[in-house]
Order: sequence, then C-alpha cells, then structure tokens
Amino acid sequence: MRKLMKLVVPMVLIVSLLLAGCSNDSNTNTNEESNADGNNDLKFGMVTDLGSVNDKSFNQSAWEGLQQLQEDKGYEVRYLEPKSDGEVVPNLLEFVNAGYDLTWGTAATLQDAITEIASSHLDTKLGIVDAVVDMPNVASVTFKEEEGSFLVGVIAGLTTESNKVGFVGGMEIPVIKRFESGFKAGVEAVNPDAEIIINYTGDFSRVDMGKSAASTIYDAGADIIFHASGLTGNGIFNEAQERFESGDRVWVIGVDMDQSLTFGDDVTLTSMIKKVDEAVYQVSEQLEQGEFPGGEETSLGLKEDGVDIAPTSDKNVSPEVLDVVEEYRQKIIDGEIEVPTN
Amino acid sequence: MVDKHTVLELKGITKRFSDFVANESINFQLEKGEIHALLGENGAGKSTMMNIVFGLYQPDEGEIYINNDRVTIDNPNVAIEHGIGMVHQHFKLVEPFTVTENIILGMEPKKGMSINYKQASKDIKALSDRYGLDIDPYAKVADISVGMQQRVEIVKTLYRGADILIFDEPTAVLTPQEIDELLNIMKKLVAECKSIILITHKLKEIMKIADRCTIIRRGKVIDTVKISETNTQELAEKMVGEAVSFKTEKTPSQPKDILLSVKNLVVKDANNKNMVDDISFSVRSGEVVGVAGVDGNGQSELIEAITGMRPKESGEILLKDQHIESLDTRSIYNAGISHIPGDRHKHGLVLDFSVKENMILHNYYKDEIVKNGFINEETVEKISLRLIEQYDIRTPGPQALVRSMSGGNQQKVIIAREIDMNPRVLIASQPTRGLDVGAVEFVHKEIIHQRDQGMGILLVSFELDEILNLSDRIIVLFDGQIIGETTPDKTSDRELGLMMAGNYIRGESSENQKNIPI
Amino acid sequence: MKIRKIFQYDSLLVPIIAIALGLIIGALFMLLGGYNPTVAYVSMIEKVIGSSYDVGELLRTIAPLILSGLAVAIAFKVGLFNIGVDGQIIMGSLGALIVGTQLSLPSIIHGIVAVLFGALLGGLWGAIAGYLKGSKGINEVITTIMLNYIALYSSHMMIRAFMPQEGTQRSELIKESASIKINFLSDMMGGARIHWGFLIVILVLVFYHYYLNKTKWGYEIRVTGLNIQATKYAGINSSKIMVRTMFISGLFGGLIGTFNVLGVFNYMAISASTSGIGFDGIAVALLGGNTAIGILLAGILFGILTYGAQGMSFGAGVPNEIGDVVISAIIFFVSAPGIIKHLLYRFRNKQKRTENTDETTKSKKGA
Repeated sequence: MRKLMKLVVPMVLIVSLLLAGCSNDSNTNTNEESNADGNNDLKFGMVTDLGSVNDKSFNQSAWEGLQQLQEDKGYEVRYLEPKSDGEVVPNLLEFVNAGYDLTWGTAATLQDAITEIASSHLDTKLGIVDAVVDMPNVASVTFKEEEGSFLVGVIAGLTTESNKVGFVGGMEIPVIKRFESGFKAGVEAVNPDAEIIINYTGDFSRVDMGKSAASTIYDAGADIIFHASGLTGNGIFNEAQERFESGDRVWVIGVDMDQSLTFGDDVTLTSMIKKVDEAVYQVSEQLEQGEFPGGEETSLGLKEDGVDIAPTSDKNVSPEVLDVVEEYRQKIIDGEIEVPTN
Repeated sequence: MVDKHTVLELKGITKRFSDFVANESINFQLEKGEIHALLGENGAGKSTMMNIVFGLYQPDEGEIYINNDRVTIDNPNVAIEHGIGMVHQHFKLVEPFTVTENIILGMEPKKGMSINYKQASKDIKALSDRYGLDIDPYAKVADISVGMQQRVEIVKTLYRGADILIFDEPTAVLTPQEIDELLNIMKKLVAECKSIILITHKLKEIMKIADRCTIIRRGKVIDTVKISETNTQELAEKMVGEAVSFKTEKTPSQPKDILLSVKNLVVKDANNKNMVDDISFSVRSGEVVGVAGVDGNGQSELIEAITGMRPKESGEILLKDQHIESLDTRSIYNAGISHIPGDRHKHGLVLDFSVKENMILHNYYKDEIVKNGFINEETVEKISLRLIEQYDIRTPGPQALVRSMSGGNQQKVIIAREIDMNPRVLIASQPTRGLDVGAVEFVHKEIIHQRDQGMGILLVSFELDEILNLSDRIIVLFDGQIIGETTPDKTSDRELGLMMAGNYIRGESSENQKNIPI
Repeated sequence: MKIRKIFQYDSLLVPIIAIALGLIIGALFMLLGGYNPTVAYVSMIEKVIGSSYDVGELLRTIAPLILSGLAVAIAFKVGLFNIGVDGQIIMGSLGALIVGTQLSLPSIIHGIVAVLFGALLGGLWGAIAGYLKGSKGINEVITTIMLNYIALYSSHMMIRAFMPQEGTQRSELIKESASIKINFLSDMMGGARIHWGFLIVILVLVFYHYYLNKTKWGYEIRVTGLNIQATKYAGINSSKIMVRTMFISGLFGGLIGTFNVLGVFNYMAISASTSGIGFDGIAVALLGGNTAIGILLAGILFGILTYGAQGMSFGAGVPNEIGDVVISAIIFFVSAPGIIKHLLYRFRNKQKRTENTDETTKSKKGA
C-alpha cells in the first residue's frame, strides 16, 4: 500500500500543481467582459436542441444573435447543449434557477419542456423559436418560411433549364411543409409548366439519405433541388458537387443560413435564410425596453425581415431573375400575394 | 567422434512468477554432438527453462554461456543469432504457404526487389538431403503429413543456422513409424555436430536415443544421468519423486453382457464425406475396448455420434436393449453413458468455473440439487468435497478455479464427475493426454477399477502403450472403418502401427479383421 | 493489511485506476482548452448534489444507465454482444405508449400493464436476435444493429398512424392513469422526475445477481457464455438459452423505454436517431465487470459524469465534450486493461525485487 501511495501521491501533486499553475478562467461560452456601454446586468441563456451550437444552422444562428447582443450591450449570455431528451428540462432550469432574465429554447423540439417550465415558474421569462407556447411568460418566435421559400421558388422556376425542380424535406412536419408549399407556389407563379419532385427523407441527420435522394431527383431530370432537411442536406450538396465536377450543371438551394459559405458557389444557387439571430436579438431587446412580448407569437416574414434569400445570391442568380424576385417580394409584403402554408 | 565441449551452459538460473518459483538455481550443460533429454512432469519447469534459453523469458538470477561466452538472450532473435533453434510442439507454419515460403519467412533471400525463391528452394533441398529429411520444397504445408510438417520445422531452424536444436515434445503427434524416422533424423543431426535438447516425458524414447538426461522436479534439477548407466524405472522415480509402476496391474477381464452395441454406423462431415463408414462393434460389461488409430480417422466422429453430439447418417446404437441413436446428448447421459472427452479444455470443463461448478455440469438442473430453480450450494459443496477426497484432486478447495489447476487435477475433476454418474458405459477419449506419469497411473488404475466393477469402457487413444496396456480387446480405425480387431496379447505396437497406417496384415496374429482392400 | 489485499485484485484496481486516469486526462484537456479543472470538477459535484431537484434528476439519469448496463451484461454473460439495447428501449417505449394512450384502465393497474407490455415488447425484440444467433448462427451484432433501425422507423410509423400530436414531432400524451411518476416525491424534490421505475431498477439488480449466480438458469447462461463447446458436450441446449437470455436482456432494455414514456416525458418523440443509452450501457457493463454491484457503481459514476457535465458547462464554461472525454478515457483504459495491468505488473515486479517478502495473488504465467 505504501508503495502504491508513492506512485499516486506524486501524480496527484503534479496534477494539482498544473491546475494551480496554468489554469485561467477564460470561458468560451461566457464572455463576461463588457465591451459596450449600457445596462449590462441582464442575463440571457439559451438551450439548444440535441444538436450543437456549432450546427451551422438555427442553433448557431440563435447563439450568434445573443453574442451580437452581448457585443452591443454587454449583457451576459450563455448556452447549454443537452445531450439527451431527458436533459432538456434540467438545462432550462439551470438558467431559470440562476435567475436569468430570459431563457431561449432554440428549436421546436423544446416546446414541451418550455411549456412545462413556464407553467411551474410563472415569474420567469422564456422564449421559443419555431413553435408557439401559449403562456403569458413565453415569447414565441416563428417564421413565415413559406414566404422565403416562395422567393427561392421564383428563382428556381426561372433558372431551371430542364423545367424540373426538386424539393427534399427532412421530416414531414408542419414547419417543413411550409417550406414545401411556399416553394411550390413560387415555382408555379413564374413557371406553371415546371414539374416539382418532392422527397421526404424522414431524417434531419442522415447525410447518406440526402445524397441518395438528390441522386434520384437529379436522375429524374431535375436540375435544381431546394432542401429543408438540416444535416441531411449536406448529402445533397455532396451529390451536386460530384455531378458538377463531372460536367453536369445542377444546383442546390440551401436553407436556414447562407450555405454557399459552407459549400461554395459551384452548386449553391442561393439559400433561403431564416434570421433566427435577428429574431432572438429583437425579442431580447424588447425585454430590455420592458416590452417583452410574453404570450404573443412573433411571426417574422419578409416584411419583418425574418426570412430572405441569401445576400450572396447575385453570384449565381442572374440580375433579371433577381429583379423578378424583388417584384414578388414587394407583392408579398404588400399583401397582394398570400403564400399558402400547406 | 566429435570434439566434446560445452556449447550451452546454464548457471544458477532462477525464474519466479510472483511468489511461484518456476526454476530454482538451475545448472545445465549441453555438450557438442549430444542428445540431452530434459525430463520432468508437466509444470516441473522444463518449458520455463527452455523459454529462458530461447529468449522468451528473462531469468531473475543466473547466467547463460554459449561456447563459454556469457550471453544475454533477451529475445528469440538473439537466440537465433547464437545458433539456437526451437522445434515447437505446436507447429508454427502457415498452411497455405509452400514449404519454401514457410522456411524463409522473415529472412527471405532477396534478388533485387523480389524474393529469390529458386535459390531458397535449392538451399532447402540441399539441407534436406544432407540430413536425410526428404522434404519437398515446393509442396504446400496444408498437403503434407504431420511428420513432414515437423521436418519442415527442423529445416526451418537449420536454415537459420541453428547448432543447438530444442525439440519440445516432438513425438506427441507422431505415429510409431514416424517416431522411428524422427529418432533417426536426430541421430544424423548429432552426427553432423549439432547438439540437441529433447524435452519429453516419454522414457522409452529417452532410453533409445539420448546420451544424457537431466531430470527436473518442481523447478529444481534433481540429477543429470548418463543413459548408459540408468534404466526407465530409475528415471521415472527421479521424475516423480516416488516409486512408480508402469504396467497397470490388472487381472484378465471377465466380460459379461453386451452393454453398448453399435451397428452399421455411418457419420458424415459437412462435406458429405463418410467420417465413420459403416462401423459395427460392441462393448461388454467388464471389458475395456481400445480404439487405436492415427488422429483424424474417425475417432472423434464416432464418439460424438454415440454421445449425441453429432448427427448420424444411419445405423443403430443400443445401450443394453434401449435404442439411443435418436436421443439427445442429455438423455444419452441419463440413460447411462458417461464421456471423458478428448479435449478437456474445449469440451470437458468450463475453465473459468470453480471445481464445484464443474462437478455439476450434467446434473445442475436435477431435483437432487435444485429447489425452486435455485441451486443448493450446500449440496453442491458436499458433493464436491466428497469427490475431491475420493479422487485425490489437489486443489485449494471446491471454489478454486479449474483454470488455475494442473492438467492432471483438471482431468481428475472430469473423471470424478463422469464416474460419479455411475454409468453403465464409460467412453474415455485420450484420458491421459498431456498428463504426467503420476496422473497417468491414477487414471489407468481408475479405468481398470471401474472395469472390474462391471462398467463397459470404450477407450480411444493415440498412445499405443496405453491401448496395449489397458485394453482387453483392440479395434483399429483407419479412414472411418475398422481395419482390424485384435487383443493385446496377440499383437505388438509394430503391427498396430502398420494397421494404423492403413496396411492390412492378413492372418498373422489377428483373426477378426475385416477384409478391406486398400 | 486488508486494504492491500483488496487492491491486489485487478478486477477492482483496474477500474479505479482507469477512473483516476480518465479524470486526469479530462483535466489535461481542460487545461489545454484554458479551463480550470478544479473549478470544473467542483462545479460537477455541486451540480449533482446541489439541490434535491438535482439529486432527483441525477437518479433519473442513472436509472436507464444501470438497466442498460444490465441488459448488455446479461447478454455478454451468455456470450453475445447486444448492441440492440437502443432498439429494445424504443420497443419498450412504444409498448408503454400504446397501452398508455389507447387503453383506459384504473390508475395503478394502467401503469403496471403499460410497463409489463412495454417490457414484453422489448424482450421479444431482443429474443429475435437471440433466436437468429442461436438457431441460425447469424451474428448478433449485425442483427441487433439492424433491429435498432427497424424499431426506430416502425415507431415513427406507429406514432404517426395511431397516436400523433398534431403539429409536433411527438406522440400524444399518455393518459394520466398510466403515469408512474411518484408525484409527492417529485414535488418534494423540486419537480424532479421521480418515478416508480427506480424501485424496479433495484429489484432488477437483485434479480440479475441471484438469477445469474444462484439458479440453474443462470448456470446455463454462464456455461454457454464461457464455453459453448461444453454445452454441446453436456447436452445443454445453448440456442434455447440464447433466446431466453436475449429476451431478458430485451426486457431490461424495454423497461428503460417504459420509464421514459410513463415516468419522464409522458410522450414518445419521433426522434431522428436512437437514444444512445444502449451504447452507454456497453460502457457501464464493461466498467462494472458485468457484476450487479459493479454495474450499480458504474451506472452511478456515469450518471454523475453525464449529469454533472452540464454543471461543468454552466459553472466552469467547460463544453459538454470534456465530460465525454473523461467517460471515453475511462472506457478506453477499462477496455484496454492490458495497459493498466502492464503498469501494475511492472510496478509489482519492482516492488518484488526490493521487498521479497511481498505476497502476491497468483502467477499468470505458470511454467
């Protein structure tokens, strides 16, 4: 035993010295230094879905919104990533119990957890993205995905040369249905003869299924695919890139964020972006001003600048097409066109 | 005569594993041109000693000298550099490779970028001719006989320039004829100034070929004797440490009723080949029927068919008057057939079980020890203690893991369990494989004892001595058929060996042979 | 010197050293990332014992880990590698969901029926793999992985077809009568999701120990797992035993699913992938050495590391991944015990040379 201790004790000592000597307190997900003037005693938290805060999609977008808020106003912001369904509630409660002024759930899958906590903690304020929770202490932010999808539909309808376009959805759920119906309406508005091939992979995280879905649709003659399928979409880009490199002129329309930044300009025609960061920022700002939209659904469309086509669209979309897009944008904003949601 | 000087010397070698001393102050000298036998029971420390010489273990104390130079052998490559070669008991050959490919493996002669097979084959052929090994460098190892494979191993060491050859139990896998050939080869090797260490526990071979013999017991050198000045009895006593008898005392058998009869049994293997080809025989109460034959001629298939472990193609098996050919293994046991399997580690024991758990392998589910599904530990403990005592099983206790016990004691566990089932017929397959002299004696006595109690015993063994020693009748299996039937007093190991190799001898000593064309 | 004796048992020493090394490696990674490991580990401990709510939620985290560990372990004991616990969990959830939403029964009975039906479904799901292996010789690793997918997608289909909640990616809620939550305890513990399943976990642990070590059925399992050739020799029907054991393994997995539906969420989500608890179970079984007590302890440890990881994340800003690094490192050292045994061996040898009086348990390399 004494011998064993001789081995263990120095090990422990070395480690503790290391700990004492080299540690510093910098954290990546809490930037407490205030680098702007103003009221910096508000605290904002967010809990992602089972993805990661670096998902290049809505979780990341929401976190960027909060980071922007911190940069502008010096608020404390922090996130937690639950690793399983069971951890969602404890994670939200972590913020609630630590007295955070507003805690975001950044995906529709957190709806039940947010509802539960909102009802048991009436004095706390919560926010949810992509779903509606009818509680006075919850701000719900949704997007009119159909409106943005309409615009990329217009682009697809005018750009296609084979007169066939495709849509790949993750799961057949209401929010994805809005993408599909907006896209269809947009294509039909400018190109009534175009054929639209619809495919649901049933999964948001299966790159292989995205690739095979894309392969099927391109083989059927389509030259543009719009996807609303999360990570599954990576497979679509992959398939398109391979076809592009073998001389096949095919396009992908990205989703949620400007995906040309990830997948390059070879095959990314444009992206339908959801400005989750913008929404999170706005609602959080409203809280600061004492106008927290609790119990309300903030639905952000083209008018509210919640959805849009990617700012880099002019790289691959012709100016004439973009002009038509602007026309339709105006019509939707003015209420001349009502985009269907299913 | 060759110039006598010491080529290998161990001085005061001690090797410990934890608190177990495997070798203690070993002194050993090997002279040039001699065959030096290393004799000892299993676990006496022979293998540890040779593994130290071959660089697989490091001694805790002591020195090794080669040609009077002190050396440190810390891995087998160093051993090979010093001219030490080892012919392992289990061949280390790559079956799909040719003989040449196997021999040059790891030290391929290069011609530019490619391997010079032609040169290698020529060298190997030359070596083979020089020592009368008669191997074909181009044959595939998978296609050649076991004896031939062993010679390939020998050439492998010679090709690597070995002057000191260590043979680890080289005759365990050979037929009597092959053993004779091997012994001749060894004589030629020493005549060519090689030196040989022969590890074995077969006294007969030592007496036949060795010049000197070093006896090891419990990690210590007991003695080194000149063969010309000793005899088997003395060697055996030195090895075991007490007086031993070789010939199992037995009275002539008094066979009574037929207990087991096998009629026209056919067993096929996966390739639809007849492994057991229309065999008929019977075993009576109070007799030992020995099944002789070279491994792979249908013995294991025969036993597995009788015990229900293997499906039968056709034929009948009767235990007394009861048909058992369509019963499952458990029912066959319960009908009264016990089975000491040929491979105790594979079949007979669960090595990671304790002694007592192994004792109940056949009746763990029976009412005598199970209540409401729970095994009654006390009863099991009691049974185990009784059997440990009755069969003199050397173990720390019923809860000791079988894996930690010696081969002889492991075998005793099986024998105790099988005989305690009180069977009418006992099928014993190689019951003394790998056991030392003391344990062999115990097993043989027990078999004869049970015979005298009226049990019918079917004994399968590859050791001719055992067959001749124990059997009342002998049947010889070749290629799935009974090629001959005889009794020990009417035959010799020479004749049995010829039959085992498939040579049919008409008439001379055995009358009951079937007339099978070869 | 009793402690000394204990420490010489490799089965205990290896996991302890593995855990220590895991924590040290985790600390090194934190240092590399610029985090303070002391603060992180303190936050972790504070998280798991900080409040009654946290203790309750820790229990909720531990319960499935233990069951999953037992499910893997009992399959392992019969010589099978059950990667299919995830699928069995799903079938358990589905069974509980069907009973919980479709039947109307009095309250306590409803919960019991739902748990039993879910466990049964999970058991049957496991038994399929056991049958395919035992009777047809089809590798259980492949079949269980495939069965995971079949379970996942058929659960999607079933939920959408019969029990959907409009506008969401989950099923409708179970009826109140089917809930196995212990409401008063839950209220006492700040709303932590405490359910009767905890009691079942304890019972299953006890069952596992006695069934495996004391009964004739357990004997059969161990013979089959340790030496399948011996079963042939002794006339033990190993394929039947494999089916039975995989049924029990699936039963354990199914229980996890029923607890999730009836005690934690009250619904079943249409999730894109399986829960991964089954894989955690492999680690738990491995660390716990397939013994009941070991699995209990390993489950608690992994529960602390998993649940405590969010404390590290919140309190010290350490990303969740560090918690995973610690767990992975522990598994690495446990599953590659050669490394630690080698160190121990050298260490002991050295000890031996200086102190010849030392007593050691056994010699691994007899002469």
